Amino acid sequence: MRPFTYTRATDVTSAIRLLSQNPNARFLAGGTNLLDLMKEDVERPSTLIDISELGLTDIKSIASGTNKDGVTLGGLGKNTDAANHPLIRQHYPLLTQAILAGASGQLRNMATNGGNLLQRTRCPYFYEVAMPCNKREPGTGCGAKDGINRMHAIFGWSDQCVAVYPSDMAVALAALDAVIIVRNAGGQERRIPILDFHRLPDNQPEKDTNLVHGELITAIELPQNRFADKSYYLKVRDRASYAFALVSVAAALETEGNTIKQARIAMGGVAHKPWRALKAETMLVGKEATEANFKQAADAVMAEAKPLAHNAFKVELGNRSIVLALQMAMKGGKI
Amino acid sequence: MDEHESPELTEDEKRLFADLMPEDLNEILDTGVNRRHFLKLMTLAGGGILAAQSAVAEQLLTRPSNAPSPTELAPVSLDNAVNVSFKVNGTARKLTVDSRMTLLDALRERLDLTGSKKGCDHGQCGACTVMVNGHRVLSCLTLTASCEGKTVQTIEGLAQNDKLHPMQEAFLKHDGFQCGFCTPGQICSAVAMLDEAKKGQVSYVTENVRQTTGPAKLSNEEIRERMSGNICRCGAYPNIVAAIQEVYNGKPVEQIFRSV
Repeated sequence: MRPFTYTRATDVTSAIRLLSQNPNARFLAGGTNLLDLMKEDVERPSTLIDISELGLTDIKSIASGTNKDGVTLGGLGKNTDAANHPLIRQHYPLLTQAILAGASGQLRNMATNGGNLLQRTRCPYFYEVAMPCNKREPGTGCGAKDGINRMHAIFGWSDQCVAVYPSDMAVALAALDAVIIVRNAGGQERRIPILDFHRLPDNQPEKDTNLVHGELITAIELPQNRFADKSYYLKVRDRASYAFALVSVAAALETEGNTIKQARIAMGGVAHKPWRALKAETMLVGKEATEANFKQAADAVMAEAKPLAHNAFKVELGNRSIVLALQMAMKGGKI
Repeated sequence: MDEHESPELTEDEKRLFADLMPEDLNEILDTGVNRRHFLKLMTLAGGGILAAQSAVAEQLLTRPSNAPSPTELAPVSLDNAVNVSFKVNGTARKLTVDSRMTLLDALRERLDLTGSKKGCDHGQCGACTVMVNGHRVLSCLTLTASCEGKTVQTIEGLAQNDKLHPMQEAFLKHDGFQCGFCTPGQICSAVAMLDEAKKGQVSYVTENVRQTTGPAKLSNEEIRERMSGNICRCGAYPNIVAAIQEVYNGKPVEQIFRSV
């Protein structure tokens, strides 16, 4: 690890000011991804501003006590606490399942909600500093595009970058229409819908998100919905646990009898950001919740896939995963 | 370059060699070997395989010639020193550490608590698991600097004098280890995990996460999932699961190695 200065921030305002004054400074919260990247020499901050003692950990109903208008999660709350909070388990079980599908008990005890959104790709060409990588060092090329790209994107990639975004939590947040609340050095708050938070690589894969340097994620807002009875997070990976997704699907349905009133489908492990299948969702509205209709929706999603040399299997896998996740959602998300 | 050519190393290169491969230095100077060896080494360093050493190389090669060699440097020279006061296994400790020092390194190198093991050093194996403020975490991804005012418990803090913690007893009874390297992390993780279950925390394999009453019920599948961050033997090693079941249930579980 390269030398850096370490500062403990004492309040939100001064933490944001410190960060915005120094383009090479980074916030340190859980540290589970940042420290790993520093050990690999991928991240080289000159200063770490430890924000882990700033509070911002509350989970509360927006309209107090009623859950009428949704729930907010503090940006610095731990993943474990978010997954296990009674409000989340009761009203957003999809989010609980997604968080618990990621990482391990130890990591979830450390990782924060805001930090989870900001974790960087685990593309091995990004991690290995001897390899070319446009995300790590713009202009050096992409080792993965014509390299070993079994784990990589099938949607939304560019010639510059084919990496996938690793978070499970964010995939559920995408299905739940979450809003990310950030604060800047001027004290202003900005509300960023989750689908606008992460970027596709285009010609700037080094930019993972639309966050501006100097902004802090203070909270994640979850609007009220009627998906709690019928949702499921399916994660398909190379081993049963503690591995990144080959493909994951966050599925949520609101039904009347067997007729679908609203549907949500978001995928992980397939793109540079959580991949929300808006067209397929619309297709399902008004239809019966049958395997045939689920299959039709899945076909529509995967028809747009552009697999690379080693990940064509993700097309069929994604197709079946969408159908299974929707079926599991209909069963109330129980395993 | 011709294979038989062996031009001499420069002074800077000799110093670098002395730092990286002291045991080979004399041979290299005596035989005039082997610029190719050196260049190969440097290529590896540039390739990131010796990334840590390459930082050293950079310093050595840019150091003015009258600078002291590494062995003459003061024994304690800390970059970006940070003072930390925290409690480790019930004892208050004060340390001044390099800002880069992980909790794992502070425990092992500064406090002589070598139970916590450095396995992968990247948060992937769980051998370094300790409890900070009662929660199991990975000490290899925790900066010591961030532990100010916190409470740390390691494997050394589990036994009370000569009396082992029940989880330690159960691991012994069920032979829950082979080489034992991952065992301290497994045991710390298991102790904290039972506490999590007692608080009603759920896991990815919990059938109904919306059911919020009472402690979590731990099937073998639940134990495997919850222990999956301790990756040595995949968290599924039957003897470890049996040991944890015994402590969880508070009654003897059959020893698997006797039943087969």
